This record gives sequence, structure tokens and C-alpha cells, in this order.
Amino acid sequence: MRFDSLLDSLGGTPLVGLPRLSPAADVRLWAKLEDRNPTGSVKDRPALHMIAKAEKDGLLTPGCTILEPTSGNTGISLAMAAKLRGYTMICVMPENTSSERRQLLEMWGARIISSPAAGGSNEAVRVAKGLAAENPDWVMLYQYGNEANALAHYETTGPEILADLPTVTHFVAGLGTTGTLMGVGRYLREQVPDVRIVAAEPRYGELVYGLRNIDEGFIPELYDESVLTTRFSVGSRDALRRTRELLEQEGIFAGISTGGALHAALGMAAKAVKAGERADIVFVVADGGWKYLSTGAYGGTLEEAEARLEGQLWA
Amino acid sequence: MAIEVRIPTILRPLTDGAKAVDGKGGTLDELFTDLDGRHPGLRARLVDDKGLRKFVNVYLNDEDVRFIGGLDAAVADGDSVTILPAVAGG
Repeated sequence: MRFDSLLDSLGGTPLVGLPRLSPAADVRLWAKLEDRNPTGSVKDRPALHMIAKAEKDGLLTPGCTILEPTSGNTGISLAMAAKLRGYTMICVMPENTSSERRQLLEMWGARIISSPAAGGSNEAVRVAKGLAAENPDWVMLYQYGNEANALAHYETTGPEILADLPTVTHFVAGLGTTGTLMGVGRYLREQVPDVRIVAAEPRYGELVYGLRNIDEGFIPELYDESVLTTRFSVGSRDALRRTRELLEQEGIFAGISTGGALHAALGMAAKAVKAGERADIVFVVADGGWKYLSTGAYGGTLEEAEARLEGQLWA
Repeated sequence: MAIEVRIPTILRPLTDGAKAVDGKGGTLDELFTDLDGRHPGLRARLVDDKGLRKFVNVYLNDEDVRFIGGLDAAVADGDSVTILPAVAGG
């Protein structure tokens, strides 16, 4: 495969079967390897689509400054694209994210503004909105509410999955900005009768939920509950266990949020087996494990790894 | 046996600091009413006249109750209920 530039190589990622983790001949699991994108994560799709849209709308012009609240991957994608297209990139990131993410962002020339660990990404969003108001010339693409995020998946990820696996019955992905699930979910619902769209939401340690008031919660503007069939909360123990199983049994070295999606996918697979139904379950490998090596997720016992992740944003 | 309900940090002032409390009932609605008897004010923080409050997420055995009947979701002894505020990911 040949492309004019790195940006042009976006998408077209492999869909690989999991012969060992699939529970039956007619209940199969498939991994969509989104780590095979320009900066190594699924976030390259929304990031590059949001930039292209903003350029087309005349919102982004050479020399502009982009501001974005991000726990890492979206910022990394935007930083790479910003460098190539001549923008300054500023990320607002919670301080409790892995050191690899910071190093990568700095490598691509992004400036990082840290937001407090308590409150997680809620705080990053709040700080970024404040900065955007103070600096009206900065362009906040705002992944949580930018339609181009979901549209990237509606136009690319969804069609790729259906073309590779016309018999797909389930789509499972992590829930963050909700862009992947909204975009792929809408596309598959239009094309595949009775397709099941399943969200795996990371459940962090208590620090991340440390809001002052329960009315200060956050729901991404992109989120539309009616696109989903159901939604599971997956704790760090289950996510770590599945991340390791994926590595040991299928050889796939993935980030921790992928373990969360696999956990939900295996739950749907067990349900299909019990009901005697056939299933082709696609789940998203959002990124590789490289950025999480320093968290100790892959070594020692599960208990030790879980303790090390306490208070960290791992998805 | 009872139903274990895990309480988020911000609501623990209502449970004397307890991280988890036990309750009973046949539906989530009945369970919250039962808990409110021992922890007055808890129900009002979770439910308003339209149902579950917007920024409150409740999971029954890790599944979001909004997809399995909401307040009418059937619960039984041995189930685990987790209450969490809605937070941003990504």
C-alpha cells in the first residue's frame, strides 16, 4: 500500500480473528486493530477529520493555535497533524496520565497544561473551556461535542468493518467521547438489522469521581443513548486481566482500555453461546500497550498491577 | 443475603461514610426507597420526578440500568449495585 503522506495513510486497519478466545465455531470475536494508525491509536480518525473539517470551514488557518482537553491519544494525534500543517498545539491534560503520553506530546511539539488529578477529564474539560473563553483566537476542536468525531467513524470505521465482515452481529468499543460508538453504531444500525452496539465504560478509582457535587457531572454532547444496545462499567481488574489474556492467547499487545472492551465482548459472546445464537463480535483495539509500560500493567500479579493503576486514567 | 449498593465518595456523608450499604427490594425503585429509610435524603440525590437524575449512573452487576428498565429494573438478593457520577472520558 502506498500513500502520498502519513496523514493519507489513516484508517484501513486490519480486522483479525481471535481463534483461541472465541468460545465456539459460530460465536467468533474479531479485533479491529486501530493501533495501526499514523500515531498508533483510534483517535487519529476523529483528530484528522476534525482538523480537515475546521480547515474546510475556514476556522483553522496557517499559524493558528489549537486547544484541546485530552487524556492523551487525541492530543497526540492533533499534535502530529498540527506539526505537519503549521499549527501550535496546546493540550489540557489531567496530571494522572502516563508519562509516555507526556513524552509523545512534547516530542510532536505540543505544550501541555496540567489539570488537577481529582475529577479526571471533567477538570481538563472545565480548564480548557475557561482558556478558550480567555483566548478567543485559539481554536478548540472539542472532541466531546464535534460532530466530525462521530462522522469520522460513520464514514470510515463502520464501512471498513461491514466490508470485511458482512455477518457482523455485535460492535463493542470503549466509551470516552462516545464518538466511536455513535459513528460506527449509527452506520451499522442503518446497514445491519438487529445489530448490537455495546459500550464498555472504564470504571476508575475513587479519586477520578471526586466531584464536589453530583450535579457537576459530565455527559459528552455527542452522546445519544438510543444508538446503544447496552453499556457496561468495567473496572481496572477486569480490564487488566483481559489485556493480559489478549496478549497471552492471541499475541495482541494492546492498551488497558482494550481489555475493557474485550471483557464486554466476551460477556456478549457468553450470552450468545447460552442462547444458542451465532455471533460475529467486533471490538476495538484502541491503541497498543506501549504507552502504558510505565504503569506496570503487564508485569507481576494482577493485584499488584491493579494497585499501581489506582487513581490513574488508564483509558 | 441482601443487595450490596456501592456508594460514591460524594454521597457518603449520607451513609455515615460507608462505602457500601445493604438493601432490599424487587426493583431498583424499591431498593432506593428501602435505603432512604435508613439513610434519609439518599433517594432524592439519585432520583427526581423524571426518574434517575441526569448525572447519576447506576449499574446493576456492571450493566447500566438505563438499558435494562431504569428504576423498574428487577433486582434480587446477591446482586451488586454501583452508583457513580457521570464523568468525562477520552
